[in-house]
Amino acid sequence: MCLAIPGKITAITEHLDGAFRTGKVSFGGIVRDTNLSMVPDAQIDDYVLVHVGVAISVVDEDEARKTFELLKAMGELEEELGPDPKPGVE
Amino acid sequence: MKYLTEYRDVALVQEYVRRIHQLVTKPWSIMEICGGQTHGLVKNGILEMLPEQVTMVHGPGCPVCVTPLHLIDDAIALAYQPGIILTSFGDMLRVPGSKESLLEAKANGANIQMVYSPLDALKIAQKNPDKEVVFFAVGFETTAPANALSVIQAAALDLNNYSILTSHVLVPPAMEAILSDPETRVDGFLAAGHVCTIMGMEEYYPIAEKYRVPIVVTGFEPIDLLIGIYETLKQLEAGSYQVDNQYARVVQFGGNPQAKEIIGKVFITSDRIWRGIGEIPGSGYEVDQDFSGYDARIKFALGHREVPEHPECIAGQILKGLRKPIHCGQFGKGCTPEHPLGAPMVSSEGACAAYYHFAQMKNETING
Repeated sequence: MCLAIPGKITAITEHLDGAFRTGKVSFGGIVRDTNLSMVPDAQIDDYVLVHVGVAISVVDEDEARKTFELLKAMGELEEELGPDPKPGVE
Repeated sequence: MKYLTEYRDVALVQEYVRRIHQLVTKPWSIMEICGGQTHGLVKNGILEMLPEQVTMVHGPGCPVCVTPLHLIDDAIALAYQPGIILTSFGDMLRVPGSKESLLEAKANGANIQMVYSPLDALKIAQKNPDKEVVFFAVGFETTAPANALSVIQAAALDLNNYSILTSHVLVPPAMEAILSDPETRVDGFLAAGHVCTIMGMEEYYPIAEKYRVPIVVTGFEPIDLLIGIYETLKQLEAGSYQVDNQYARVVQFGGNPQAKEIIGKVFITSDRIWRGIGEIPGSGYEVDQDFSGYDARIKFALGHREVPEHPECIAGQILKGLRKPIHCGQFGKGCTPEHPLGAPMVSSEGACAAYYHFAQMKNETING
């Protein structure tokens, strides 16, 4: 129910006032009209998290990268562990 | 998206599992609030990867599951009234009321339409000026801004045939209710990432302090969940109780100010009855009187009444984390997703449905 999906803004379509700022957001190629009034600074090419047709947050690429690099850094053990795809893990 | 698939990396999952096993010296119970996280834990087999000492307690974070029976009955009664189109999310339509679900009512001739967004319900209202369109607005803090936005837009468009029937619940008061219940034992929490995307983290500091529980704001991918669990355990083992943010790529400390502003315009905090749990003070939203023209409860003069639950359903104990779905005598027998007795078996985020779909019960049955 609180599922929110990240997608990329491909167009800003309407900008009448705060409540009506809308755009096109692409979710891996599937494009949906999305309300952008809660992400007033989001621009084309930004990633936003969309919940029930409304963008609720801009996904911070720097933070995403930081967490990921942290993970990578401690992932030195990957070599030891090897790629062992476990069933049930995507 | 870049940095999305990385959060599903198998080697990293294994590394965090290894770290968790190394870290844990005592038994701990951690509650994940959000049904989306319950779904993620079960679907990805994470529960089976954790050490025996770590128990994940599945919280009440499935809004359709905690929507009281009488509200579903009210929605169904509205949908049978001529001239009304009732709209809601797909999840909500499947939840059984006392006689039938909204979906069954639709099959029996009630005018019900499933929508993906409350803004779609608004469009239905625009296209059907001779009908009243009611949106059954269910949700946690995550969904509240979108539902509020539909009211703001209706007002801006002078659309007087649109209203919402609210079933809005809030996470922090539910956490307090769980922590004050002498029967429950929860040592730490994974806070719901998308609820905090809206509301931020501030509300959780007094709870962590008062009840001495670590609270880690956590995302939904396998790695997010494991880091959230790891960080919570690290605090528990060290005896600390801080509020921490694992999901910083999405959650800002103060939440989303525009979303909070719009919630503040349209809603006021109210006491709420949670299905299976009972009334929790200050745990929900109602439409503010400034927008009472858009409040279906007022527009259609709906009263309040109590409707008894199915006597064999233990949903209340499951939602409070006192029992697991497999401890229910009806689980998988008299109660299945096709014929649910209670709401947690309906929504894919309900604990019972999550266990049912991913056959987690097999292991749990063997391990007790």
